[in-house]
Amino acid sequence: MSLVSIRDVRKSFGANEVLKGVSLDIAKGDVVAIIGRSGSGKSTLLRCINGLETYQSGSITADGIEVAGANTNLRELRRHVGMVFQQFNLFPHLTAAENVMLAPTVVNKVSKAEARATAAEVLAKVGLSEKMDAYPSELSGGQQQRVAIARSLAMRPKVLLCDEITSALDPELVNEVLRVVEQLAREGMTLILVTHEMRFARDVGTKLVFMHHGKVHEEGVPKEVFAAPRTPELQQFVGQVG
Amino acid sequence: MSYKLQFAELLPYWNVLLQGLVFTIVLTVVSTVAGIAVGTAGASARTFGPAWLGRVVAVYVELIRNTPFIVQLFFIFFGLPALGLKLSETTAAFLAMVINLGAYSTEIIRAGIEAVPKGHIEAGLSLAMTKWEVLRRIVLNQAFRKIYPALSSQIIIVMLGSAVVSQISAEDLTYAANFIASRNFRNFEVYLLVALAYLVLAILTRAALRALGRVIFKAR
Amino acid sequence: MLQFSFWDILSNLLIATQWTIVLSLIAFFCGGIVGLVLLFMRTSRIAPLAWFTKIYIEFFQGTPLLMQLFLFFFGIALFGVEVSPWTAATLALTFWTSAFLTEIWRGCVESIPKGQWEASSSLALSYIEQMRYVILPQASRIAIAPTVGFSVQVIKGTALASIIGFVELTKAGTMLNNATFRPFLVYSLVALIYFCLCFPLSWWAKKIEGRLNVAR
Ligand SMILES: Nc1ncnc2c1ncn2[C@@H]1O[C@H](COP(=O)(O)OP(=O)(O)OP(=O)(O)O)[C@@H](O)[C@H]1O
Ligand SMILES: [Mg+2]
Repeated sequence: MSLVSIRDVRKSFGANEVLKGVSLDIAKGDVVAIIGRSGSGKSTLLRCINGLETYQSGSITADGIEVAGANTNLRELRRHVGMVFQQFNLFPHLTAAENVMLAPTVVNKVSKAEARATAAEVLAKVGLSEKMDAYPSELSGGQQQRVAIARSLAMRPKVLLCDEITSALDPELVNEVLRVVEQLAREGMTLILVTHEMRFARDVGTKLVFMHHGKVHEEGVPKEVFAAPRTPELQQFVGQVG
Repeated sequence: MSYKLQFAELLPYWNVLLQGLVFTIVLTVVSTVAGIAVGTAGASARTFGPAWLGRVVAVYVELIRNTPFIVQLFFIFFGLPALGLKLSETTAAFLAMVINLGAYSTEIIRAGIEAVPKGHIEAGLSLAMTKWEVLRRIVLNQAFRKIYPALSSQIIIVMLGSAVVSQISAEDLTYAANFIASRNFRNFEVYLLVALAYLVLAILTRAALRALGRVIFKAR
Repeated sequence: MLQFSFWDILSNLLIATQWTIVLSLIAFFCGGIVGLVLLFMRTSRIAPLAWFTKIYIEFFQGTPLLMQLFLFFFGIALFGVEVSPWTAATLALTFWTSAFLTEIWRGCVESIPKGQWEASSSLALSYIEQMRYVILPQASRIAIAPTVGFSVQVIKGTALASIIGFVELTKAGTMLNNATFRPFLVYSLVALIYFCLCFPLSWWAKKIEGRLNVAR
């Protein structure tokens, strides 16, 4: 059974239909790279999966929970679906460790000591053990994004959604974040990534999704799709960015 | 609650209410125009005038902003006659309102002036404009655009504050309410009706000021 | 007839000033608590709550404080309850204060970037938890200056309680004026005392605001 299943989802902002019937199946351990032109609906799709956006028709289930169901407990859903943002969105008034500890203590009612141990573990995983007590303003962009990843990991999510998480970074900081994501992929974490890093999508992804005008225009195994794009739109897109 | 509200008993007094309403509107309009004039002069004096004048203006602004309007009103109406300056209720009410709004708008307009980049003034001067032309056409023009919303809310605050002039028997809307209440003892009904009248007045004033702003600042 | 010296006048005014201070403190703190509750309602996604709060704020910001005092004074009496100026003044000033504080604080809450809401949503925090742990700690820093600034309006607002017979500084001034016929002196002193109460707060508010702007 798939971990995330998206069935014919349609979503409009006013008169502007942004998702025009999207269907996708994502199994446990998949690393899905979503690529496509600006405005093709990549972020919107991702944000529908954890209920940050609502959609008009179709259905999305994540970990067996129907996202837009009438009685859906979004809180329960989000405990298992993590999200990392382009702009990091760290809480500036909290230290790195406090950022990581917040949700476990508040949502999962874990004790402070236990949460701190978890924070130490996940921050070590992203290579920031020595920055536990630093405030976001004292960290570089790459470090901030790694804290943001650690913050999501502390909830032990079953899926992690990443929306262009390296796009706001200076080029020399991109790799330190990608390495962390690659490590997660190797450990079997289910990842859905919107990305412009084509090489990363090809090398790390187990599945490639090309979105065009609000639809899944082409999908498949990344290496095969990149080697031989079937549609002219993807050929053109790969030609431009790759 | 056994008490029954009886708004019908207010009907015979509609003309009293209307007169009060007109007084309040005229009071607001006049003190807005005069108050902004005072404020413009005050703000210009503080930013471009001699230091001593700036300090005088600063004292005026702080004195007014840090004392209640009702005390200012009583001081003008009851206190000044002791110095030989006897004013009618109406004059005292208008004067107090202008002085009050003048101080607030001085502060608001000054903030607007200070937000105008220095370079614009220098650019104006180097285009051979006189200091006066620069002030009027470049500095104040931009400043007003910027502070118009703040000034608008202050006008409404002052309009609502004007209810206090009834306390020196200036015949505004609140005075009318007090008058009617003293005749028919329907205190609650009168004050509720008049409170709603003020509310409508505030909403209309806000809408009117917004429309006016669009007309004045439409060029952009 | 009783003779009042300058010191008699001043000491009487200062005694009444205590009531101005007490009333201001009550209005400010009760208004702050009500305002905080309203803030949660106003920024919540539950439409009826937000609407109720909007109308509440519109009413208390759109009508004269004096009318509100009258309405509480005569309105409670309709229930057959004896109202003291104390009760009416406390209630009216509390509600009036809460409306303004809610609006001030809402501005601060809305200045927090949307990403903070989204990130905390994605971490499964509920609305109340988001406010408590993420939004309010940040918003409260920006809120200090305008809140202190508004406390000056509260002190000045208490002067209107004199009109419904609450004996505070302004009412004491009126009474002393009637007894001494020295309006210039009495009202000068009244104004001066208000100034001494309000100016330090105004000054402090401006100072905090300046520091915040530098920090940014
Ligand atoms: N909150 C919103 N309100 C209205 N329109 C929106 C909103 N968010 C996105 N859109 C519109 O939806 C369309 C798809 O946006 P989306 O952010 O999903 O694109 P994207 O594929 O992520 O693009 P990018 O690569 O630039 O991030 C765009 O046309 C955008 O203008
Ligand atoms: Mg996007």
